[in-house]
Amino acid sequence: MAAMSRLLVCPPDYFKIEYEINPWMRRSNAVDSEQAIRQWHHLMQVLEQDVGAVLERMKPVPGLPDLVFTANAGIVVGRKAVPSRFRYAERRKEETYFEEWFRGQGYEVVTLDPGSFFEGAGDLLGFPDTWFGGYRQRSDIRVFPTLSDWFHREIIPLELVDNRFYHLDTCLCPLSGGELLYFPPAFDHYGQAALAERITPSRRLVVSEAEALRFACNAVCVGKHVVLPAGCPETESLLASCGYLPHPVPLDEFMKSGGSAKCLTLALD
Amino acid sequence: MMQDQETVILQGHIIDSLILAKVLDRILMMGGTFDLQDVQIGKTREEPSRARIVVRASSAKLLSEILHAIQPHGASVENERDCGLAAAPADGIFPSEFYATTHLPTQVRIRDQWVEVEGIEMDLGICVDLVRLTARTVPMGEVKRGEQVVIGREGVRVIPLQRPRDRDVFSFMESQVSSERPHGRVIGDIAKRLVQLRTGFREGKVGSKVLLAGGPAIVHAGGREALAWLIDEEFIHVLFCGNALPAHDMEVDLYGTSLGYGHAAGRVVPHGHEHHLRTINRIRAIGSIEAGVKSGIIKTGIMAACVRRSVQVVMAGTIRDDGPLPGVITDSLEAQAAMRAAIPGIGMALLVASTLHAVATGNLLPATIPSVCVDVNPSVPTKLADRGSFQAVGLVMDAASFLNELARELGWQP
Repeated sequence: MAAMSRLLVCPPDYFKIEYEINPWMRRSNAVDSEQAIRQWHHLMQVLEQDVGAVLERMKPVPGLPDLVFTANAGIVVGRKAVPSRFRYAERRKEETYFEEWFRGQGYEVVTLDPGSFFEGAGDLLGFPDTWFGGYRQRSDIRVFPTLSDWFHREIIPLELVDNRFYHLDTCLCPLSGGELLYFPPAFDHYGQAALAERITPSRRLVVSEAEALRFACNAVCVGKHVVLPAGCPETESLLASCGYLPHPVPLDEFMKSGGSAKCLTLALD
Repeated sequence: MMQDQETVILQGHIIDSLILAKVLDRILMMGGTFDLQDVQIGKTREEPSRARIVVRASSAKLLSEILHAIQPHGASVENERDCGLAAAPADGIFPSEFYATTHLPTQVRIRDQWVEVEGIEMDLGICVDLVRLTARTVPMGEVKRGEQVVIGREGVRVIPLQRPRDRDVFSFMESQVSSERPHGRVIGDIAKRLVQLRTGFREGKVGSKVLLAGGPAIVHAGGREALAWLIDEEFIHVLFCGNALPAHDMEVDLYGTSLGYGHAAGRVVPHGHEHHLRTINRIRAIGSIEAGVKSGIIKTGIMAACVRRSVQVVMAGTIRDDGPLPGVITDSLEAQAAMRAAIPGIGMALLVASTLHAVATGNLLPATIPSVCVDVNPSVPTKLADRGSFQAVGLVMDAASFLNELARELGWQP
């Protein structure tokens, strides 16, 4: 995946906690809608003005609160798009809207078998020729050989062993310079060993547990810019020491749903 | 002990991700074993790898737990389709594509589970109970309209026999029958098994019964005394025969002849050919062989020993029978059913000097039961030994020599 330059986003008009499908979501912990809208617009402003990304806005749909997390729309490479197949029925209704959007934009849409689980760029991310596929929590490991075949990329499956990090993009973020920002305990020792095998120690940027729980890894990297949730100073210094320019954005309203900067965007190219 | 096994496929970038290592570790950690077959490693970084893994476990439950644990890591059961089923169109008629059984242990897949087929026997159909998730063999004539019968070959698994652990003649048997085989050694091994089985039988152990299926040549050739002794000594527990074996056995007792040939005189006696008819008539008049023995009219021989030792006897008639004797089952299907009912609990079978009864019995026996076929005509043992069993021994020799040698080996002193 090339560095992000064009991103798909969806305004949070209908964003709220209507169900609980990850350990972060609690219906009692209501979203402050106005605050959420402010935070989202702030994020958009940073992405457009500070980072120079081009944003494609999807139309929000009433009754689909999580449509705002466009990282789970699917995966896009060149003109080919594979829409997600959600594990939970609550989010399955989003599939048609994402698929329609891809078709409307003229993408060649390739679909996975119904009954398979794949949650898009939330579980599939990586470097230009090596991708990583998160499985066990949401996506099924069986989709990766198919995707590998369709996109001609190596996909290293990584088991997600901590349900607080239920998508791969909540605990791992490949950076444009080849470094990997990640939280190792979200993986078992096989996954950690596979990552260590691929990436030299100097390029492995380990995030502390406290900041991993503030979703420091749920960051958007465009060139040397890294947009990440506010409240992760250690990660910011780590990024800065590697020559990156961190852009902290307060996104705590979206953390109530278990999502942050990266979850709110989908890389298009 | 048969192990449960299942073949799984793992594919994708399973080497560098250590997914293959993880799956194999998981199998071992849970107490299973595996055979790694055909590992194809991708030639380029993009190309996926593929491994075929045979997973084994000591029980079906453990196997299912292991499969359950490795499936989230991408291990897919290779042939996971259920067996095909179709309803029997009428009583006594299988659906046209019905699966015909072998005599080897067989499993069928019902609702994603491998289920052991009960009562395995060759050339039958398999009926499935979808509610209880069970499967059993059914003879064509006994299937009922509407019963679910396995069709096609998918979802059916035949388990090859593992070589028996005992290092005797049964453990190195190849489907080869020769009259030049040294009989002494083979008979010695059979005798050892008979001793073990008799001990088991006396202790009430399941699977310790010995079946003998025999023809009248046993009597004509002079094996009668040896066989009677084997029965009296509790080496034989079930007898399959026709009308002739008991008729000539009792003819010897009543007239001293078999088929009119004087045993002591060593020649055909005048009007001797009528003796077996008179014997049959006499027993018919008494009502049963058992009554004949118990009333003291029949004193010696095979049938007398059977009655004394309460040996289960199934007599199956044929179209050339005289009489027949009371107790002979003249309906072939009924006879087959009676023989089938006597098979459970058999630990060894001796098929002696009867093409008809040897082949009929051979068809009823699961391959797991060691069997010995003795006949002067090599085609009979060949036919039976060719059924792909490790445990079928063929001996080309005459019935009397076999029984006499066997009895002597076991301590008989004529």
